[in-house]
Amino acid sequence: MTAIPQTPGPVVPDVAPATLRSRHLLGIDGLDAREITLILDTAEAMKEIGTRSVKKVPTLRGRTVVNLFFEPSTRTRTSFEVAEKRLSADTLSIATATSSVTKGESLIDTVRNIEAMAPDMIVMRHASSGAPHLLARMCQSAIVNAGDGMHEHPTQALLDAFTIREHKQRLAGLKIAIIGDLLHSRVLRSNLLLLKMMGAEVWTCGPATLLPQGIGQMSAHVTTRIDEALDGADVVMMLRIQQERMHGHFIPSVREYFSLFGLTRERLRRAAPDAIVMHPGPMNRGVEIDSEVADGPGSVILEQVSNGVAVRMAVLYLLAGREAGGEG
Amino acid sequence: MPQVMDADRMSRALTRIAHEILERNRGLDELALVGIRTRGVPLARRLARSLKEINGDEVPTGVLDITLYRDDLMRHPVGPQPVVRSTEIPFSIDNRKILLVDDVLYTGRTIRSALDALIDFGRPRGIQLVVLIDRGHRELPIKADYVGKNLPTSLKQSVQAPTKS
Amino acid sequence: MASLILKGGRVVDPATGVDGMMDVLIEDGIIRKIGRDLPVGGAEVFDVPKGAIVAPGLIDIHVHLREPGQEHKETIATGTASAVAGGFTAVACMPNTDPVNDHAGITEFVLARAREAGLARVYPIGAVSIGSKGDQLAELGEQKKAGCVAFTDDGRPVATALLMRRALEYAGMLGVPIIDHCEDPSLKGDGVAHEGIYASVLGLRGIPGAAESLMVERDVSLAELTGGHVHIAHMSARQSIRAVRAGKARGIRVTCEVAPHHFTLTDEALDGPVKYDTSLKMNPPLREAADRDAMLEGIVDGTVDVIATDHAPHHADEKMVEFDRAPFGIVGLETAVPICFDRLVHAGKIPLGRLIELLSTNPAKVMNLPGGTLAEGAPGDVTVLAPDMKVTVRASALRSKSKNTPFDGWELRGGVLATVVGGTIVYRNTGS
Repeated sequence: MTAIPQTPGPVVPDVAPATLRSRHLLGIDGLDAREITLILDTAEAMKEIGTRSVKKVPTLRGRTVVNLFFEPSTRTRTSFEVAEKRLSADTLSIATATSSVTKGESLIDTVRNIEAMAPDMIVMRHASSGAPHLLARMCQSAIVNAGDGMHEHPTQALLDAFTIREHKQRLAGLKIAIIGDLLHSRVLRSNLLLLKMMGAEVWTCGPATLLPQGIGQMSAHVTTRIDEALDGADVVMMLRIQQERMHGHFIPSVREYFSLFGLTRERLRRAAPDAIVMHPGPMNRGVEIDSEVADGPGSVILEQVSNGVAVRMAVLYLLAGREAGGEG
Repeated sequence: MPQVMDADRMSRALTRIAHEILERNRGLDELALVGIRTRGVPLARRLARSLKEINGDEVPTGVLDITLYRDDLMRHPVGPQPVVRSTEIPFSIDNRKILLVDDVLYTGRTIRSALDALIDFGRPRGIQLVVLIDRGHRELPIKADYVGKNLPTSLKQSVQAPTKS
Repeated sequence: MASLILKGGRVVDPATGVDGMMDVLIEDGIIRKIGRDLPVGGAEVFDVPKGAIVAPGLIDIHVHLREPGQEHKETIATGTASAVAGGFTAVACMPNTDPVNDHAGITEFVLARAREAGLARVYPIGAVSIGSKGDQLAELGEQKKAGCVAFTDDGRPVATALLMRRALEYAGMLGVPIIDHCEDPSLKGDGVAHEGIYASVLGLRGIPGAAESLMVERDVSLAELTGGHVHIAHMSARQSIRAVRAGKARGIRVTCEVAPHHFTLTDEALDGPVKYDTSLKMNPPLREAADRDAMLEGIVDGTVDVIATDHAPHHADEKMVEFDRAPFGIVGLETAVPICFDRLVHAGKIPLGRLIELLSTNPAKVMNLPGGTLAEGAPGDVTVLAPDMKVTVRASALRSKSKNTPFDGWELRGGVLATVVGGTIVYRNTGS
């Protein structure tokens, strides 16, 4: 106990103070249900800030956050930037991080050079699964994973859960269908971990060529028939399919993909009448989802984007408050 | 913890403060109440009720969470983060006289945070401070306009007002 | 050359059937005599401690010595020092150096370096094709004359069935085997880990077991067609073992080897406390429990002929990168004996004699090498083993230039007391 308390105190808190155990956010793997609820609850408070005319709070004033994006991304990067700025942090986005790598500099060296400028946090997106884990081990800064290869995209899953919770007031017991290129999707993996932890019933669906090994253990129900997945679903989440998948013989053509796995208004009728339709973006209209549905009444796709800012503000706030150099 | 103010005394103090507010502001025109989370909120609501009983008019009441404006956040290890809750001020504060309500006034830092937050919401005509208990030991030049009870305490004690409404 | 007599140890030599307390006299670099209470004469005496085993020198037929061209990872000097510290009196080294060992000049260079180092014997393996590119047969005859004992394009599979057929025929004529790194490139793709649930969870591109077994089946068929001898390198998949077993049953000349990590670790290790640990990245990858168990089964029932380490040193900087980008491979020379003892002999899976077969007798047979036995007249290569020695693996203490091992910190039972090459004690365990 210090001699002179700096805070009005001894602090007798209104409610139990809350914290995240790790100083990094590397994935949903590493969070427990309590922490997920904490992030979502904090995001609710953060959302309100976006409705004010002065959309700023001084909380992270003087802190520096570096956005290190080795993979192109306008949406996620902008979302993090807005979140950082709303918290009054100084932000620095390095979107061409690949340039030092093409010159032969290793990832660790690239990051250590950035650390020489003493950022408080690094938000990183990288094409290799596990890149943030490597950095968390070998470098000083707190790392926020904005997407690593095919592995995880934790803030996406968190904003998806936030959006679902807003509409359905809960996650437990909902039937959630996730449809698309399951094999290559980090959004899928993060969502599976989170939704399973929070008690939702997840149905995954995609072409047989795009089912990862062990999907039957990762997801309660797996099917290659979209109608089965959609039946009575409360939430329908469509995943992106990349055009390049035709080159690995995964799908014959985007036309056939749409005819077997595309979400049309017709197919959506099989879902629950108040079902919501989600997509992490960017959408391929006419490939995984019909424009009618994407722009239709059940679609919450644009809300996902605005919720993304609130959720990322919550994550940055909860991580930034941890003692630097504390247990990782 | 010794009890400093029972429910009865609290009621009477709030009624007295309601009268003082009406007197000082010559009515309820353009007044609004903003309770500071958490314990200022039920107090603000009770005050609104009292004012209505005496005067007959509704006073708009809002809720302010100052967590994100605290000056001790991020500055040095605080330990676990305090939980952030939402702020709800469903009216414009421009040109209004805002009555900030909190249970205990101590160092004044909470009020400073609240002033910073309010300024981000707009430009009120004035801000007055209502507290149930003033325990002294100010660290900033902040004073309360309406006080339920003055209670000199030592630095080592802690004070918690009941929130039973 | 001086004489050396190893006194009072238990000699175990499956090749001659000897198993008993004997002395071993080595003179002029060869085994002069084995018997009880041999007269010492002027020989240097090595008193074998109680409980130790005197075995024919261990031979590792799958080692990457990296010289010429990649001396930052390993040199012939450091590699052979690592070998003798691991109890190996001889190693066969792979041709995927830089330049690839596809002509006699490089073979001669490797042998010269090995002589300079003066530690373990080195038997070069030459490339099947020029540059191991799979287009044109290398000069196998000249290479054999220069000292190559087998041919492979290891690092890659022998590119086409036609090339493999010709290679088997030609090498058969020369009396040497073709070793194949079995892997179908289209199924392997850009995979970095075994295609199973752990790769899925970690988001790593997978390599199915069938990528290996498909090629094993091809090679077994071609060995049948040509009558040649194919040796399957670093087997890891249960489907591969089935194919080898079936081939052997039909009398086809197919032999195979398994590395210690493939009968010890599985892909589950990837999801350990350190995620994406590149010291777990090798090719073929760590596979599922069923595959590991199939390797153990093959070791027990005789389908597996040889244990070979696939010692693949990589510089720390090269491994300290994203999992996708890290090179495949781990070192193995100094961890092989402790792992084999601990996980095979002490675990009750095989008797001591079978272990010596896997590490000495059979490697010599498969590659037609001198040694692998303590018969009189054989090379004076001996490994003194301590089956109950407590060994804690310390990566930093390895004699190899590189320290990329997943076994750092492992506590195992079984180690090497001394290694003798040509009658000279080239390694002695001083207990450090």
